[in-house]
Amino acid sequence: MTDIDLTINTDLARTILTGFIKSEITRVGFSRAVVGLSGGIDSALSCVLAAQALGPENVLAVRMPYKASSRDSLDHAQLLIDQLGVQSRTIEITDMVEPLIQLDSEMSKVRKGNLMARARMIVLYDQSEAFKGLVVGTSNKTEILLGYSTMFGDSASALNPIGDLYKTQVRQLSRALNVPAPIVDKPPSADLWAGQTDETELGFTYEEVDRLLYLLIDQRYMPQEVIEAGFDEKFVNGVVARVRRFQFKRMLPPIAKISNRTIGYDFLYLRDWGT
Amino acid sequence: MKLHLALAQINTKLGDVQANLDKHLSLIDEAKKRKTDLLVFPELSLTGYVLQDLVSFVAHRPTDDDPVFKPLLAASHDLDLVVGFVDEDSRHRFFIASAYLSGGKVLHVHHKVYLPTYGLFDEGRFFAWGDSVRAFDTRFGRMGMLICEDFWHASPPYLLWLDGADILLFSSASPGRGLGDNEKLESARWVERINMAYASMFTCFVAHANRVGYEDGLHFWGGTTVFDPNGEELVHGPYNEEALTYAELDLNQLRRTRARLPLLRDERTGLVRSELDRILSRD
Repeated sequence: MTDIDLTINTDLARTILTGFIKSEITRVGFSRAVVGLSGGIDSALSCVLAAQALGPENVLAVRMPYKASSRDSLDHAQLLIDQLGVQSRTIEITDMVEPLIQLDSEMSKVRKGNLMARARMIVLYDQSEAFKGLVVGTSNKTEILLGYSTMFGDSASALNPIGDLYKTQVRQLSRALNVPAPIVDKPPSADLWAGQTDETELGFTYEEVDRLLYLLIDQRYMPQEVIEAGFDEKFVNGVVARVRRFQFKRMLPPIAKISNRTIGYDFLYLRDWGT
Repeated sequence: MKLHLALAQINTKLGDVQANLDKHLSLIDEAKKRKTDLLVFPELSLTGYVLQDLVSFVAHRPTDDDPVFKPLLAASHDLDLVVGFVDEDSRHRFFIASAYLSGGKVLHVHHKVYLPTYGLFDEGRFFAWGDSVRAFDTRFGRMGMLICEDFWHASPPYLLWLDGADILLFSSASPGRGLGDNEKLESARWVERINMAYASMFTCFVAHANRVGYEDGLHFWGGTTVFDPNGEELVHGPYNEEALTYAELDLNQLRRTRARLPLLRDERTGLVRSELDRILSRD
């Protein structure tokens, strides 16, 4: 098997990512951030980076449990809040999503999960206005590439400091930044229903898929080359198809072009335009 | 002879020329107090880097009736300046440009000759390609200017060397990329290696000013350097933060190095030309 090393220099990663948060929030006139804290490692890392970039008093961590959420999720989020000294709020989403769930007794787990993710987005964007802080994203590169997220739900944010870090790199950086061990060590889960884990749902481990994605995406290997390098053909084809199928989740909706100048095609400015 | 050089690795406001000009003037004041002879700003220092559709809004002409160049030219009576800007020619082509200002005059303007249009870069979509690489005379000797991708190619520094430049002034807006387990980004290591290589191979001074700050998700890493004709690093600015980095260039080092190592004397330009002619005339 080809030697694959996803190790990053955590000091430099920290410098670049905290600088990014500070720059992208302050240049548009804000000084504060809002982070939805799930009790998992991704949101923990985003919260640590935001607290280091802006000062803990300028970060609002929001816990948003649903009635079926595990107790551990709440407790782990609290561990981090206490460690960092960030501001915090707990806002239950049960009363938001339950009326919709009641409308359809056949509602699938996926639909319920999407409702919860989008309810949390609504809460975060409301807190964004109330706290005068921008919503900091918590999606990592692995899940963005695999499309393992709810559109306009957990993928919604104003800026994302960890979206170019694979899950295994999120773990490495989290350890270096002293994210509490129970958060780093537990199996990743969206906690949308009891016993759910990412790796069972996806059918492979993050360790495995990160090595594969690193070669396919970062190192520009052809699928045939990674198979020759020792990856299972079925696994490779499944991941390649998944990355392609979920491209739509990584984009704004396409606008049908009819004029001479169309947003997205030939009206081109960075978000940082003028700042 | 000594040249007191300063390199300004600054952050810029994207598309806000007036704000960037104000920053230039304040750094010029600061450098002036330190008795600086020449102050070099990074690529597109007056405009910001990812300009896209802002290009035509931020373009200027380096003349003394231009509102941006007027104060810069006035300041160049006290110290020489290199600034980065968008140059619009009389037929409305837009170039990524560096201007060398001295004694109230524009001594030279370089238009970027290599516009990266691959990966994260899209310069060829928005800018015209420069078509000359020329050295020019200053009160400190003959110099040459290149902009970022220009010196990722070996030929522009080589041409400047043959055209008489003993001091190469490089400017960049280099987005950082390639974070591995090394304490420096891949892109930073690459740029530092080639800067050192040019100084060594051409037995000349190579100064590089790179900007800092962020534009959306892009991060500019700074890390200004100056290498001497022996390929030794004279100064190294900090990474990721604004700084004015000063270096004293002992121009007599050119003579001492070339007395020991006559690479320039022995360079076989005729051989290069005949082989290039052969290569280029091949079907």
